[in-house]
Amino acid sequence: MSRLEIVTEVTGSVWKIIAAVGDRLAEGATVMIVESMKMEIPVLIEDESTLVEILVEEGEPVSEGQVVAIVEA
Amino acid sequence: MVPFDKVVVANRGEVAARVIRALDGLGVASVAVFSDADADAPHLEMADEVHHIGESSPRASYLDQDAILGVVRSSGADGLHPGYGFLAEHAGFARRVIETGARWIGPSPEWLEIMGHKTTARRFVAQRGLPVGTGSEVISTDQRAIEASAAEIGFPIMVKPAGGGGGIGMFAASTIEELIPAVERASSLASRGFSNADVYLERLLHRPRHVEIQVLGDRHGDVRHLFERDCSIQRRHQKIIEEAPAPGILRSAVEELAARIVEVLADAGYDNIGTVETLLAESGEYQFLEMNTRLQVEHCVTEEVTGVDLVATQIRLAAGEPLSSILPQPPSLDGHAIEARVYAEDPVRFLPSPGRLDVFRPPQDVRVETGYREGQAVTPFYDPLLAKVVVHAPTRNEAIYRLAAALMEFEIAGVKHNIPALTALLESQEFREGRVHTGLAETVVSHKGVRGGRVEQA
Repeated sequence: MSRLEIVTEVTGSVWKIIAAVGDRLAEGATVMIVESMKMEIPVLIEDESTLVEILVEEGEPVSEGQVVAIVEA
Repeated sequence: MVPFDKVVVANRGEVAARVIRALDGLGVASVAVFSDADADAPHLEMADEVHHIGESSPRASYLDQDAILGVVRSSGADGLHPGYGFLAEHAGFARRVIETGARWIGPSPEWLEIMGHKTTARRFVAQRGLPVGTGSEVISTDQRAIEASAAEIGFPIMVKPAGGGGGIGMFAASTIEELIPAVERASSLASRGFSNADVYLERLLHRPRHVEIQVLGDRHGDVRHLFERDCSIQRRHQKIIEEAPAPGILRSAVEELAARIVEVLADAGYDNIGTVETLLAESGEYQFLEMNTRLQVEHCVTEEVTGVDLVATQIRLAAGEPLSSILPQPPSLDGHAIEARVYAEDPVRFLPSPGRLDVFRPPQDVRVETGYREGQAVTPFYDPLLAKVVVHAPTRNEAIYRLAAALMEFEIAGVKHNIPALTALLESQEFREGRVHTGLAETVVSHKGVRGGRVEQA
């Protein structure tokens, strides 16, 4: 089991958290959606994994490269 | 004649600066409003009065009707210019502005209503004989209803929000399996973005061009057009390069279309300013897409080729001046104009890139519309438009050359920007030959391999 950090690619604010802790997520699944400059940018999972921790709340500001969730592959 | 004493500019960024400049030119006092995030925006220094209207989020400031109406009352303004975006096409807001006794510098609220709902607008123009593409009325999210509608229209299909515009919340589908989730996604985005979950379907054309007609109307029944713009160069359904006139099209066909549009709008009493957007199919047929009842971002290219100041004209028309006194001569086309929109975004994946403008030096000797200056922060709260670079030349080739040179000169550091993508597009053979279509931007950018702020030749 390896723990992996999931980062947001854009600065903005967390609009909606889609996945829940404990969810088994497929490759390309959306964990949450970040809103920036009138656009919605999904934070995606690269490989199939389990969501173990969500580090932000809806509405919270985030910056590019910030770790927003932890998964276990 | 001074059309107004004092006008509130209910917007931000480059369009606020543009409107303040027009007001200045007409001898009208300007009132700027600003949110927390825009407290050091350069246009505030150009305005005669400034008012803080709230926190950074649009809902708490530029969309806060009460806050803006409060400024109209406390400043004693007799007009309000909404710019574009935010509340510019909100009929209820326009009515509330008029109730304060001030004038709404835009089309009458009834027009915002008719054209604001896309299927109502489609019906309106279709009933008056303008060409409309194959599409549906507002559809329910019931699977059987979607299937029936799709069978009638035929794939590929675009799902669009009926209550909104600006390319937001649109999804393409080529099969019924793709269409059903697309309708759900579009509906949920539309409900959140436009407070209206209505969506409708439209047949997707293969490589269409986006051609739009600029119109002006007075309060006395006179409507005229100022020719067309080609805005086919888009990413994520949003325009990035616009030009006038449209390259390589049949002049007689586009001018006949413009004349029919003018006839329909004059007949129905359209007023102030507007743009009729159409798609031009490969077959040469035009189809109505939607009508924007406001000043548009790309109005500058029309100003360059016609010599008409659209913003000043719009303000004078709102004050009741007849078109015949503002434009005594019928407008004519002179040369070619192109505008490029410089966005704070990753040039390859088009992701937004807020940050601080450590370096921001626009090119000299060309028209640049911007609401930013060096040192200012580009915040994540508003759209990513940094500047518009506009050139006017005797020929299209010369205009392309000048625009590419101006973009090379533009120095920006601190945020990612799309200049490499714009340059790649201007240099592409398809664009140079005028073979534009709405899918070209994404093809050129992925083909040329624009990477991290520079273009690698494929």
